[in-house]
Order: sequence, then C-alpha cells, then structure tokens
Amino acid sequence: MIWSKEETFSREEMEALQLSRLQETVARVYDKVPYYRAKMDEKGVKPQDIKTLKDLAKLPFTTKQDMRDTYPFGLFAVPQDKIVRIHASSGTTGKPTVVGYTQADLETWTDCVSRIACMGGASEKDVAQICFGYGMFTGALGLHYGLEKIGAAIVPSSTGNSEKQLMYMQDFKTSLLVATPSYALRLAEVARQNGIEPQTDLHIKIALVGSELLTDAMREEMHLAWGRDVKITSNYGMSELMGPGVSGECLEHCGMHINEDYFIPEIIDSATGEVLPAGEKGELVITCIKKEGLPLIRYRTKDITRLFYEPCACGRTTVRMENLSGRSDDMLKIRGVNVFPGQIEEVVLSVEELGPHYEIIVEREGYTDKLTVRVELNKETDSFAELQRIEATTRNKLKVVLGLDAKIRLESPNTLQRFEGKAKRIKDLRNTK
Amino acid sequence: MTAKQISVFIENRKGRLGAVLDVLKENDVNILSLSLADTAEYGILRIISNKAEEGKKALSSAGFSSMLTDVFIVQAPHTPGALQNILRVISAEELNVEYMYGLSVASEEGSIVVKTSDTERAEEIFKKYGIVTLTEENLL
Repeated sequence: MIWSKEETFSREEMEALQLSRLQETVARVYDKVPYYRAKMDEKGVKPQDIKTLKDLAKLPFTTKQDMRDTYPFGLFAVPQDKIVRIHASSGTTGKPTVVGYTQADLETWTDCVSRIACMGGASEKDVAQICFGYGMFTGALGLHYGLEKIGAAIVPSSTGNSEKQLMYMQDFKTSLLVATPSYALRLAEVARQNGIEPQTDLHIKIALVGSELLTDAMREEMHLAWGRDVKITSNYGMSELMGPGVSGECLEHCGMHINEDYFIPEIIDSATGEVLPAGEKGELVITCIKKEGLPLIRYRTKDITRLFYEPCACGRTTVRMENLSGRSDDMLKIRGVNVFPGQIEEVVLSVEELGPHYEIIVEREGYTDKLTVRVELNKETDSFAELQRIEATTRNKLKVVLGLDAKIRLESPNTLQRFEGKAKRIKDLRNTK
Repeated sequence: MTAKQISVFIENRKGRLGAVLDVLKENDVNILSLSLADTAEYGILRIISNKAEEGKKALSSAGFSSMLTDVFIVQAPHTPGALQNILRVISAEELNVEYMYGLSVASEEGSIVVKTSDTERAEEIFKKYGIVTLTEENLL
C-alpha cells in the first residue's frame, strides 16, 4: 500500500512543490536564524536568488560542526515555546547535536515513517515490536508514531533483556520487528539458545531495520535466521534531519525511496563540494523543506550513496538512494587504501564457516598499518587443515575485495561482543593525530 | 571398535583451556587422556573421556565449538617396535595417520589414540591383523 499521494507525483508536480517549499524555507531561515543569515551573506546569496531547484547549489552547506557551534538551540527557526519535543544524538565525539520539533514537525515525521512502514509491507494488522532504545535517540519514537498511525499495535519493548523480548514475541504474536540488523540476528541467536525456533515458534513476517548498514550479505544472514519469507527492508534517517523516515526501501529492493516532498537530496563530491550528476556516487546532502523547528539547509550527511530517478515497479515515483555503502566517517584508511567496514562484512558473511559477528582491528606496527579481522567460527571441526583453509579463503577474498592483506583471527562462537543498538565493530588502535 | 573423542576449538588466550576443563568438571566428565595441538592463534584440544556425548553437549551449550570424532584406541605392548608394527600395517594398507597421542592410563599394555584417514577401512585392517582396539569402557 502507498501511504501518501505525494509518493506518486509526476516529476513536474514534485519539482514544483519542492521549489515552492524550498523558497519558503530559505526565506524563513534567512529571516529567523542569524547563523544562517550570516552564512548566506558570506556567500553573497539572498533568498530571492533561489529561482529554480538548481539554485540550491548556491546555498552554503550545514555540517555537524555548525550544529555544535550553535549548541543547543542556535539553529532553531521558531521561538522556544513552539518546540514540543527535543531529541539529541549520542554525541560520542563532543557535544551532542540537539534537534527540536514543533507540533507540525511531529506530524510530518509521523507521516514520513508511516510511508516507509507501508513500503516495507506493514499494515494495521501488524503487532510491531520496537527494539530500538527509547530515549534521546530518535529511532524508537519515530517508528513508534509512524507505525501507530497506520494502525499497527505497538509493543514498545526498547532494547535489552533479549529473553523478555522473545517472550513478548511469542506471547503477543509479534509480526513486525524493528531493530538494527545486528540486534535482529542476536535475537534469533538467543531464541535458539533458549530452545525457541525463530522460524516456527515466532511469527515475524516483517523486519524494518535501520540505524546500521544493511548489506546484501547481512540481509541474507537475516533470512537464514528468521526465514526466507520474512520481508526485510532497510530505512534511513538521522536525527539532524528528522529521525528515521527520510527514506525507506520498498519490497522491490532497489534502493530507498526518499520522501522528496520533505527532503531534497543532492550528491556531492566530498572533497570539492561540487554537485555530481544523477547516478554518480558521492556524499548525500539533504535540505529539509517542510520543517519548522530545525530546517537544515544542505546538510552533509557523510553517507556515501547514489540516486536513481527511474520509476520503480512498486508504483512510487520518488527518487531512490542506493542502500548505503558506507559513511565517509566510517571509512578507514589502511596503508593508503580506503576501506569501508561494509566491504569486510560482505566477505565475512560470504564464508559459510564463519558467523555473522565480526570485529575489525587496525593497529600500527612500526610504520605499517596492520588489519586484523576477528570472526567467529561457525563450524565444528577436528582438523587444522580445515581451520587453515577457512582462514586462507577469508584472507584471499579480503585481498581481492580490499587489495589488502589482513590477518584472520578465528574465535569460538559467542565470544565477540553483541550490540543492541548500533554495532561498534571497529577498533582503530593507531595513534593517528 | 572405535572410541568417541571430543575435539574443542580454543583460542590461545589466557583462561580458555581452564574454561573448557571447568565445563567438563561441572558435568562430571572424567578425562582419560588428552592432547593439545596448537598454532600461534588457536589450538584443538582432543579428549578421551568417560562421557563423550554429555561432554560435547555441555561444551556446545557453553558456547565452545566442539565435535565428536571416531578414533581408535590401539593397544600396543610395552616393547620396542610395538608402535612401529602398527604403523607399518596402516601404511601398507595406504591409510594415513592424521594424528596420534599416547593414552595416560596405567596398565601392562600401553595404548595410543589414532585418527586415520579412513575409519571404516582401518577398522577392517586392525581386525585382519589382529591389532587390539579398545573402547572407553575398557579403560575405566
């Protein structure tokens, strides 16, 4: 089911709507947000210079640093008393980024999430268990309201206590799971340890996963754990822009449809800031055109993707972004080679004898970077020859994909850390300044 | 006659071997003999015990990668050349020894644990040449 008529707009209709909303937003931030006015003045661009969508490129970028510099409320475009909700990012590096919503923003957000839930096959018949951490993080509440709006029954179980999560799943006949891909796998693992077979004893038919990359290999692991018929879709968003609901995958699995009437996407070259032509890979930049509280202009997401404008078989006409291949933030530079953790994940998951959990360790020995991948052995064996073959296969595949030699460290099952929220699988121990 | 050996994968890390032995102790599994082969990163611990099935089950549920393997406990008299006689037979029949280790149960006859490349054929060969093989029960 398609939730909103805007999702099937013709290109002309969409662009007309985008332009009027963009012009209105730019005029408003210029008027209400001194920080943006100063940035625009510095670039010599005025709201009336935005005559076509192409003029978007004249506007200054917004970065996470801008949000920190104006912490906490400096980029808000409405008076404080219009704000009805405040969220914040985890702020692992420095101050968190703070976001504020007006009543209308919450409605917009809910609409965005209802759309992506429908894209993933959700309906009012579903019992939706939300295994995202409730709190300052936008993931849980975003999915919560969006799913509730379409009439699903919400089980706000949050994260933690996997045994209890499984009990709810079994007793409430949960049909829709909201989780990170790694926590979804963890739940299946804990189920089996407790004698519950996820595919027959539980009733999950839909998984809406987010907050982490969903590689094809990870999707395959999820099918192996939860069953072939489970509809698994990924969705995308970030608190700075709204939370989840910026884009979501439909059941055609050909990228994530961006809610373009609310967010205008651009792809830029990360290094030069130049806008790249449609279809090229680069950093995703998003402009919020229907937000009151925090309408960010040209926000640099640091996520690497590309855009497809061809119509989709699902009937939606909105532009699709390719499932993420990595964040420019997560990119590791090892011996001069750019490495995305997702590439390593693809390899690890393609080796049958290895489990889906892994950890990447980068160290420096003398002047050389050393890459070690810790993985769990998924096969029982009595043979060194076999262990060595597994190591060699993994190492060769990594070499082909990355062009780097890596050391493989086999571990017993269940030794590597499990994550309930975003998985942290990289340990960079180099003293890089 | 074959015996059931438990093979456990263990990382070369402090406390891992101890953790395996703890599980076996908690489950009342008595170790009759063991061998620990290792590389720089990990090892395989091989155990002949009084309760192989239970031991393997307990180790698996404790999160260890372990399996049961059919091996031979071959009796060899305490005389020079006894082991060689057995190996000669194995090699004459074109089987390979994958690994072997001594069995630490005191008796007049010595015995060794042997894993060959073809368990079924080894069984016939040992029978044919009158080489005595034992089970765990014989050792208790």
